[in-house]
Amino acid sequence: MAGLVYFSSISGNTRRFVEKLGKPAVRIPLHAKEPSLRIEEPYVLVVPTYGGGDGKGAVPKQVIRFLNDESNRSLIRGVIGAGNTNFGEAYCLAGDIIAAKCDVPHLYRFEVFGTPDDVRIVHDGLESFWKQQR
Amino acid sequence: MIEKLKLVDHVQAINWNKIEDEKDVEVWNRLVNNFWLPEKIPLSNDIQSWNTLTPAEQQLTMRVFTGLTLLDTIQGTVGAVSLIPDAITPHEEAVYTNIAFMESVHAKSYSSIFSTLCSTKEIDEAFRWSTENQNLQRKAAIVMDYYQGDDPLKRKVASTLLESFLFYSGFYLPMYWSSRAKLTNTADLIRLIIRDEAVHGYYIGYKFQKGLEKETQERRDEIKDYTFNLLFEMYENEIQYTQDLYDEVGLTEDVKKFLHYNANKALMNLGYEPMFPKTVTDVNPAILSALSPNADENHDFFSGSGSSYVIGKAVSTEDADWDF
Repeated sequence: MAGLVYFSSISGNTRRFVEKLGKPAVRIPLHAKEPSLRIEEPYVLVVPTYGGGDGKGAVPKQVIRFLNDESNRSLIRGVIGAGNTNFGEAYCLAGDIIAAKCDVPHLYRFEVFGTPDDVRIVHDGLESFWKQQR
Repeated sequence: MIEKLKLVDHVQAINWNKIEDEKDVEVWNRLVNNFWLPEKIPLSNDIQSWNTLTPAEQQLTMRVFTGLTLLDTIQGTVGAVSLIPDAITPHEEAVYTNIAFMESVHAKSYSSIFSTLCSTKEIDEAFRWSTENQNLQRKAAIVMDYYQGDDPLKRKVASTLLESFLFYSGFYLPMYWSSRAKLTNTADLIRLIIRDEAVHGYYIGYKFQKGLEKETQERRDEIKDYTFNLLFEMYENEIQYTQDLYDEVGLTEDVKKFLHYNANKALMNLGYEPMFPKTVTDVNPAILSALSPNADENHDFFSGSGSSYVIGKAVSTEDADWDF
């Protein structure tokens, strides 16, 4: 069963969105001392950007570490970005960077922890996305 | 009326090598990396464009900016400072001093716009308008009232609603001009302010949620009622203020959608579910894409037919940590 992998800082906005989807999901460890995560099934990655500036550091270090693992990287099928349109060009920039580097689609963007409409669209969108993937 | 500003009653030397809440460091670094000054923006390139606006449009723009100046002044001089005594960690106190200073930079940057584009007489008139407009003054009074109150959580609610909601009747206009290729340098400056306010609202909202976690259910219910009541009070006033400004140019309804959209985000920054339904938050796509070029529906793979979906531009942002 394909699933979701997500990063969420201690503010927990992305975690909250993922929980509302009600789908199997694994959180990328926040701290370097925790054992690194190894994924065995295809997944969509949910990643927030709380940035701006020149975009440097847009992708959380923990996510870079997770994707540096070639086996994890080979199973990514898409990205969903979280953020705030106030960040302008950097809105969901981490999702753009990962999509470009891993050559997968940036499936959706939502703000903060997502509106009920965002949850519905992503929930249904993922179902048909995985069907197409088979 | 002389009220003493409450100060922290005990200070210890701040040790940035001992962190209690990693969010403090993260946000401090973010704010420092985002630091800017209005002198970096070539505002004088907007003079020609400014002269293509009608006198009514010029007056509207100046009034909008004096209104924003007032809010930034409040936030810099009172709002962010009033949060310092409530801070849970010493690093949080330092972050508020950063926020306070940036709000003063924002307030000053409107004056840079004015001095570049307008005459002294026009500037004086716009500032006079700002002191005489009842709805603007009421907006300021509502917030000031809560900053002077004695409830730390309520202060954070007022502050987050200011950062994430009350500014947006004003922010709408430079985005509108930008979408019509007018005052584009001014819009660049305002985007920097908008970016800062997002970090401020996010951080203060986060600290609010941390504080709320420690409260009883009864108290949480009280704070939630208070938040929604305050938002309604601000909202009603904001609608009138919007009418004062935008009725003449026929943009009021468009601005209202932007207000609803941002009110939802303000609530979410505080951890509450958004209140306004999709039917009233459908912000004009031109405004949304003036705010963020990635925010339009062409970037939605799920609801797009596939053909309209745009693969994101390859971003040349490289962090040294990537192994591939």
